[in-house]
Amino acid sequence: MNPRTAGTFSLPARLLHWLMAIMILTMLFVGVGMVATVSERHVWLVQLHKPLGIAILALVIVRLLVRWRYGTPALPADLPPWQRAAAHLSHWALYALMLAMPLIGWTMLSAGGYPVTLFAGVTLPDLVSPSPTLYSALRFAHTWLALSLFALILLHLAAALYHALIRRDGVLASMTRSRKQP
Amino acid sequence: MTQNAAPPPKLILRFTIIGLVIAILATAFAYVGGWLDPGRLTPDRMINTLEDNAGVHEGYRRNHAKGYCVVGSFESNGNVDSLSRATVFETGRVSPLIGRLAIPGGDPHANDGMPPIRSFALQFQLPNDEQWRTAMNAMPVFPVSTPQAFWELLKASQPDSQSGKPDPAKMAAFFAGHPETKPFLAWAKTAQRSSSFVNVEYNSLDAFRFIDAGGTTHFVRWGLVPEAPFTPMTEAQKQDPDFLSRDLRERLDKGPQRWHLIVTVANPGDPTDDATLAWPADRRQIDAGIVTIDRAQDQADGPCRDINYDPLVLPDGIAGSDDPLLSARSAAYSESYNRRTREEAESATSSTQEPRS
Repeated sequence: MNPRTAGTFSLPARLLHWLMAIMILTMLFVGVGMVATVSERHVWLVQLHKPLGIAILALVIVRLLVRWRYGTPALPADLPPWQRAAAHLSHWALYALMLAMPLIGWTMLSAGGYPVTLFAGVTLPDLVSPSPTLYSALRFAHTWLALSLFALILLHLAAALYHALIRRDGVLASMTRSRKQP
Repeated sequence: MTQNAAPPPKLILRFTIIGLVIAILATAFAYVGGWLDPGRLTPDRMINTLEDNAGVHEGYRRNHAKGYCVVGSFESNGNVDSLSRATVFETGRVSPLIGRLAIPGGDPHANDGMPPIRSFALQFQLPNDEQWRTAMNAMPVFPVSTPQAFWELLKASQPDSQSGKPDPAKMAAFFAGHPETKPFLAWAKTAQRSSSFVNVEYNSLDAFRFIDAGGTTHFVRWGLVPEAPFTPMTEAQKQDPDFLSRDLRERLDKGPQRWHLIVTVANPGDPTDDATLAWPADRRQIDAGIVTIDRAQDQADGPCRDINYDPLVLPDGIAGSDDPLLSARSAAYSESYNRRTREEAESATSSTQEPRS
């Protein structure tokens, strides 16, 4: 067995990770689904997409503060350097996309002249004035960054399962177990 | 610390499990995104079919491509504020309007005399960044009740490459297979083309819900009834492919043009999910206020150019109904908007000319 990683993520970090995992996967499926149908699903998926996106934006900010406050457990000491680099790079790319996607969505709708209505009666202020050029660029970015985020999540999941099933080094457990070990 | 760990037992099985988990997620994603389901009616397919019929006119709307921006206001008289809590209906409130008068079809250079229908889209600007957008047509009912049937109608009306006109046999077959088109066809048979954009009635066609201050829902349709009396298109106008815009400018030079916003309230049991069925004539109709149009502007540089008149952009107090056309219109208009804004952006970067609309 490989040397185990020291410690686990803090309780707030673990809660936020799994809550946001569900929300972000839901968000990605809602996003590709809503633009791929003219059925009545389109409407309720769009209505779900906007408040869910803003909730993810709020939670990722909290999550970054939690990470800054509580830190993260070290990766196993014997992890090959390229895997270590890939882990750090992909984690920061995930944070960047979690932050960027809702902001791009909000800015994009503002640039398209659309009111950003979260619920009946709750409309967010415009971030920019209407501009078809900006709308078009952001609309393109929103799609391709969403597909990149989904690919990155698959990679992240594959890596987590690799740690759990192949290396068996406690990296996945650091996100599933509490700090108190028997 | 760098001990070499022994590989875990059943290594191939373990890798297979990882591969399966990833493959299942990726496949589910591809299915939801429509990539594994070529038969699904997507906004893409709907707009592709419109492009097949009319060609691609870059920067223009894919349907109702030929139109004119108009600017004005709506003054509410408070008569429907008991039915809807939307601020637009508060007594005396004046809401700025950016509208668009257009003719159906994907050709931005079409002859105004050809289609029997005119359309009027409006965006009401409300407080607190709220908006109400509506896209109305000058006809009493819609030809079909579902997005699928609308798409089939588009396919049936695709112009023949030889004659440039739809194949009458295909059209006949479509109408025979869709008896719900009968009320529309009956109207179209006798409908007279108007001499103007400003002397016809426009209808929301789809039903909507008004939500009052107590949270109670009322099913409604709305329309605009003009103050200008109807007159049919003249022989002289037939010779002018742009007579509607000429007439609009001449009338606006003389003064503002007005319509009454009429709200029709459904009785229990009236169809709210079928735009092919008009409600009985005795339903309660309420005059909610006056739409005034003061000036018109070319769509190429007018304020309506970059507005997607999505009928589901609604303020608190107004909501969609169970009419399946609403969702389809919202989805397809959005795809049309994405395509034309991309073309606008590309033409703005590739030349210094004004982007077209």
